[in-house]
Order: sequence, then structure tokens, then C-alpha cells
Amino acid sequence: MTHSAAQISYLEDGHTLRSWLLTTDHKRIAILYLVAITFFFFAGGFAAFLMRYNLISSHGLLGSAETYNRLFSMHGILMVWFFLVPAVPVTLGNFLTPLMLGARDLAFPRLNLLSWYLFMVAGFVALYAVLAGGVDTGWTFYTPLTSLYSKGHVVAAIIAIFIAGFSSIATGLNFIVTIHKLRAPGMGWYRMPVFLWSLYATSVILVLATPVLAMTLLLVAFERIFGIGVFDPAIGGDPLLFQHLFWFYSHPAVYVMILPGFGVISEIVPAFSRKELFGYKFIVWASIAIAVIGFLVWGHHMFVAGTSLFSAIVFSLLSYMVAVPSAIKVFNWVGTMHKGYIHFDSPMLYAIGFIGLFTTGGLTGLFVAALAADVHLTQTYFVVAHFHYVMVGGMVSAYFAGLHFWWPKITGRLYPEMWGRAAAITIFVGFNLTFFPQFVLGYLGMPRRYFAYPQQFEALNLLSSAGAVVLAMGYLLPLGYFTWSLLYGERASANPWGATGLEWTTPSPPPTENFAVTPIVTQAPYQYEQPEAVIHE
Amino acid sequence: MNGYWPSATVEGREVDFLLLALLLVSYAVLALVFGLILLYMVRYRAGSGVSRGARSRKTWRFEISWTAATLAIFFGLFIWGGDLYVRLFQPPADALQIYVVGKQWMWKVEHQGGQREINALHIPIDRPIQLVMTSEDVIHDFAVPAFRIKHDVLPGRYQTLWFQVDAAGVFQLFCTQLCGVGHYSMTGEIVAMSQPDFEKWLANGAGPEGHEDMAAAGKELFTAHGCSGCHGEGGVGGSPETTGVAAPALSGLYGRSVRLQTGATVTADDKFIRDCILTPDKTPVAGYPQIMPSFSGQISEEKVLRLIAYIKSLKSGSRT
Repeated sequence: MTHSAAQISYLEDGHTLRSWLLTTDHKRIAILYLVAITFFFFAGGFAAFLMRYNLISSHGLLGSAETYNRLFSMHGILMVWFFLVPAVPVTLGNFLTPLMLGARDLAFPRLNLLSWYLFMVAGFVALYAVLAGGVDTGWTFYTPLTSLYSKGHVVAAIIAIFIAGFSSIATGLNFIVTIHKLRAPGMGWYRMPVFLWSLYATSVILVLATPVLAMTLLLVAFERIFGIGVFDPAIGGDPLLFQHLFWFYSHPAVYVMILPGFGVISEIVPAFSRKELFGYKFIVWASIAIAVIGFLVWGHHMFVAGTSLFSAIVFSLLSYMVAVPSAIKVFNWVGTMHKGYIHFDSPMLYAIGFIGLFTTGGLTGLFVAALAADVHLTQTYFVVAHFHYVMVGGMVSAYFAGLHFWWPKITGRLYPEMWGRAAAITIFVGFNLTFFPQFVLGYLGMPRRYFAYPQQFEALNLLSSAGAVVLAMGYLLPLGYFTWSLLYGERASANPWGATGLEWTTPSPPPTENFAVTPIVTQAPYQYEQPEAVIHE
Repeated sequence: MNGYWPSATVEGREVDFLLLALLLVSYAVLALVFGLILLYMVRYRAGSGVSRGARSRKTWRFEISWTAATLAIFFGLFIWGGDLYVRLFQPPADALQIYVVGKQWMWKVEHQGGQREINALHIPIDRPIQLVMTSEDVIHDFAVPAFRIKHDVLPGRYQTLWFQVDAAGVFQLFCTQLCGVGHYSMTGEIVAMSQPDFEKWLANGAGPEGHEDMAAAGKELFTAHGCSGCHGEGGVGGSPETTGVAAPALSGLYGRSVRLQTGATVTADDKFIRDCILTPDKTPVAGYPQIMPSFSGQISEEKVLRLIAYIKSLKSGSRT
């Protein structure tokens, strides 16, 4: 490799459309994904916005229950499979994994590009399903409603998710092999950044759980198209079987969504506290524990579905067990801030917001893990609020934290810091305004997925919808200033935050081959210099 | 609508107590986490000159402490929630049974006396009520927030739900499992009244099919659908000599153990009788050739419930 080749940034290495669409560079594929999931995020968000508009009045402002049901189904399907599941792994994960490992690329660069094409095909099929009229089954596709009773484009939606699943599996496989085989000399497992451990745990779940979803959805399609009785008791099926299979995937999938977020936060908190990560090994093994126990808690979605008392008790206990490692992580992040030198740049503000919102989401998870409490709260807005605190308050905040943190590395430009902070605070406030009232609504008994509702719930719904306006503004701000930064932003240095990690040792944006010379790792991660602290062993 | 707070059932008030405990635990943890974050944000901000002092590198003592504390609190909550849950779903033996059928998008109720109502359920207070619920189509959920209770209602199964209300009032009923376009409209009300008022209501509240009770209605169906042709009048059983075919006796059947050709022994409960009517091939009774035709698609869920009520009423050896 010549020295001059090493100087060409990956963004300058080809300007044609072909050079992007046929690239095998993990960094360019990350950008391709970033464009796609940003589109799906705003499409899903737009559906949510219309839902909040509908719920301003107890009579339903959209005037059509069918429209409303199709909107919340579209919102769920797009957000879960086309934003939350892929978001961090395919963008930040794709971009950073080889950089953090000191590698040239992922283990299978062409498979990586294939993943993106599969994702795009899946996305277009999903868009077709939406534009052709959508589905009204909710993202959970419960049978026999979905398999036999629902009108709408169920089969198209199922095919979309089926294809997206293959994209997930390919991506997961790629990360697992890469992390095993392509670590730079000296980078032992315990010298890896926590982000990579999280991605590893995520990938294992993706590879093991996604096939179950694929099979389940195929069975639904078979029942719907050919009338083969799998889930409908009228033709010999079992309606609970679907729920078992669906949640066997979809509960671990929740950890697919949140584990990469844990990884992002574990990078940012030390960087902006200028201090080593507290309890590195505990955080690492907490991720692995979550990935393992996460496979054993699916039954907690079915406490009132008609399973046995015994299974409910076992699943309740296991659900409390899976919450322990998450609690450990929160305490360790707070411990990292202790005696640090804390800087309040945008990534850190998002990270602090994440810790607060994720903790709230986690604590309300204790409510629904307690069997008798779940009986009252499940299927109400309490559950809606609970998982939005984890998924949106937690996961989306972490994604934004990561996007701001690595933006200078990815684009080679700085974004306007004051706007970044303003957006972080707007999102935090808007989020709480939107979703906190929903905890109260749920306790008062308001059911989910109601197009119109009793008048007594109107005031809290109005408050929630008002919050959604603030939240939407918060999400539009980064779209604006990031675009501005691409054109006019100040050039970024190799390491604008003064962070540790191999990705900060190469120029911003990195050259196509990442490192001119393969780096050699000689120490543990997060070795931040302490201006005055005395460290004793 | 009234009577939301406090809950109208003893168990509901216990659920509220559990929720309060969960809330206090949450507030304590949030106060700790938010408090420490805010404290550190101020005290250890980069510009602050406060001495960071000595810092221990050994973290495991902290890790063990907070892991153990978390486990202990979680285990306590698990036991509390689990114990109450088991009681929520174990009906007392003397509960008054009422039948509920969900369909897109309404609740149909039938009392043992034959009184029928739609999207409403009248019950007496101070008496345990047990609902026997099934669905004609998709999965629904019978939810009464004021009682802090709900359960899914599945096609092809009987689910039960029990509660005892101790204050008269009208309480909201919701379907809380997405069941199609009209899901939001599948609501109703529970009217809890004193025992004398309830009896008065029963006496006046005849359904459209007159005032026959469920068992009497079931008896008519038993003849109309030809059940008596094989099982005999009054379900005494058939043999080649009497009815022309061997058919098991149904009188005294309810609650008894039945041996199947597969070798399994099952209890003849509501679900078993339902399966025998709708899918007899799956429950062939030992000692009899399986020649009974399926009545699936010919008898609605409500009529099946009436047939079951009739079979329940047949005492051993009696001829009703």
C-alpha cells in the first residue's frame, strides 16, 4: 500500500453513484444504511405524529378507526424492524467495528453490502404494503386476527419482515466473525471497547432469534393463504402458539435494540468524564448475561393470555433476574462520573438523558414483571409508556448520543455545539411530556390501540399530544444542523473530544484502508489521563 | 361511571398496595440515581477545582453490594406479585357462574337463568362471581380496570375470571386485546347491585328468547340437534338395543373422570364437553366406537354453552 493512497479519505475515494452502490467499504455501507434508516425513522415518526393528533379528542380526530389502526401498525412495524433493530449496529456498528478493532474492514465486506441490499428490498416491500393500504394487525400480528380475520396487506408486510430478518442475520454473523478474527495485535477480549462487546452480544441474539421469527411469520402466511391450521383453533390450530413463538423472538429483540445503546453510553460517559469506565468487566458480563437470560423471559408477555399459573411464576422470576444486569450497568455509569472531570458536550447530554430515561423505563418494567400488578397494567398505556421509555427515551437517545459523538469522525466536520445541546434538552423535555402522562393513563385503565376513548382520559391525552409536538421539534433540529454541518461545518481533527479508542487515532474522515499501519494495542481501553488524581491499587 | 378509586374489590385494593410499594421503590432508586448524577454534574464538572482525592481501582465491593441489594429487593417484589396473582386467579368454590362470549365487536352475556345481555353485565355485590369466557372469532380481553383485573378471551377455549365486588356501582368494561377495526368500540359496563336488586333485575331482565334458563334451552337443543337420538332422552346413554348405537351416558358425566381410547384420563369439565361436541375425533371415549359427527360450524358458542348447562344439570340416573 502506498503512502499517498492512505491519505485519500473514504468520502473522496470515488464520487460516482456506482462507487457508492457497489462499495464494499464498511464506512460507505454505514452511510448507505444511515440514509435508509433516517428515512424510516421519520416515516414511522410521522405515523406516530398522526396518532397523537387523532388522540387529542376522545372521539378520534382522524374520523376513521381503520386509518388509525393502520397508522399504529405502520408505526410499530417501521420503527421496530426498520429503525430500532438495525439502527446502531448497521450505522455506528458498521462504521466503527473495524476502526475500533484496528482492522481494514469487516470479515465479509461483500456480505455486508448484501445485507444492505436485503434491507432495502425489505424496506421497499414494507413501503409497498403501507402505500397499498397497510395492515391493521399491530406490529405484534396476533393470530387468528392476522392469519384469518384481518383485511389489508398482511402477506406483503410479513414478506418485508422476513427479508429484513435475513439482513439482520447476515449482519450479526459478520460482526461475530469480525470480532473473533480481526482484532489488532495486542487487543485481547478485555482490551476491547464495551461498544464491541455489546455489539457481539447483540449479534449472537440476532443470529439465534431471528430464524424463529422468520418461521413463525411463514406459518402465519401459510395459514392465511392456504388455510393450513396452525394458529386458528377453528381449523385445528392453537392461538397461544403464535404468541410463544413471536415473543421468543421479540423479547430478545428488545435487547437487540437496547444493548448497542448500552455500548454507546459506555463509550461516551468515560470520554466526557475523562475517567476510566467503572467496573469494565461487570458491564461486559452484564451484556452477556442479558443476552442469555433474555431468551428465557418471553412468557412475561402472556401473564393474562391463558398460560398456566406455574409458567407465569417462573417467567416473572426470570424477568426480575434479567433486570439485575441492567441495574448493574446504570450504577457503573454513575460510578464512572464519580470524581471525573465532566464535560457537558451534546453527546454527554444525550447520554445523561439516556441514563435517566432508561432507568425510569427499567423501573416501570419492575411493575409489569410483578404478576398481580401486570394483570392491571398490561395492554394499557402503562405498557406503551414503559417500552417507549426504554426504546425511545433509552435507545433513540443513545443512538443520537453516538451519532453526535462520532459525527466528526464519520463526516470530518463539526456540528454547531449549541444547537446540539439545545436539541438534546428539547428531546428530553418533549419525551417526558409525551410519555409520562401515559403511565397515569395506563394506571387509570386506558387500553392501548383505541381509536376513540372515554372522555375521562381526554386531558392527559391532550398533554401527551402537546409533548409530541415538542419531541418532534427536538428530532427535526438535528436533521437541520447535521445537514448544515455537512456543507459548512468546521473541519474536524482526528480526535476532537480527546477520547481513547483506536478509531480516534486515524484521520477524520478515515482513509479507505482505515489505518496506514496496523495499530498494536498495548493497554486496556479508557485510559484517560487524570490531571491530579492519585490512584492507589 | 363512578367508583374508580378506590378499587371496588378486596383483591383490587391489594393490587393498589403492591403498586404503591413498586412506586416507592422506583422513587427511591430514581432519587438515588438522579441525585448522584446531579451531584456529580455540579461537583465534578470539568471547571470545578474540587480535589478528586484518592480513587480506588477495586470496584468489586461496590459491584457485589449493589447487585445483592438489587437481587434482594427484586426477589421480594417477585414473591409479593406472584402470591397475589395466584389468589387473583383461584376462584372460590361457591362462585356464581356467568357465561361470556366475545365476538367482533361485542360482549354477549348469559346468566344461568337464561337472562341475556349485550355489552353489560349485572352482578350482585358481596358474592364471588366467576365468568366462563370464550370467543367466537379472534382473541379478545375482558378487562375491568376498577377491579384491577383482566384476562384474554380465546377462541376454542374456556377462560375463567373471578372477582367479588363490595360496593354497588357501574364500572367500565374494555376489550384490551386488539381484535380488529372495531376494537375501541368493544366496551361495556358492569352493574353491581345489592342481592335483592339483583334478584329483581333477574326477574325482569328476560332476554329475547323468553325466560327459560340455560339448561332448559340446552334441553331443546339436545333434541333439535339429534343428540338424544344416540345418547337417549335425558342423556341416559344408548346401546344397539335402545337407540341403535352405543353411545356413552351423559347424565352424571360432569366432573367425573373419563378414560379415552388413547389411554389418557381426563376430567369432564366445560372444555371437555365442548371439545366432544365440536371435535369428537380428538376425544374418543374408551369402550365406544368413535362414530359421533362433529358439530363444528353448526352450533354457535352460545348454544354450546347452553348444551353444557343442560348436561351439567343431568344427575346420574335421572331423567329430566
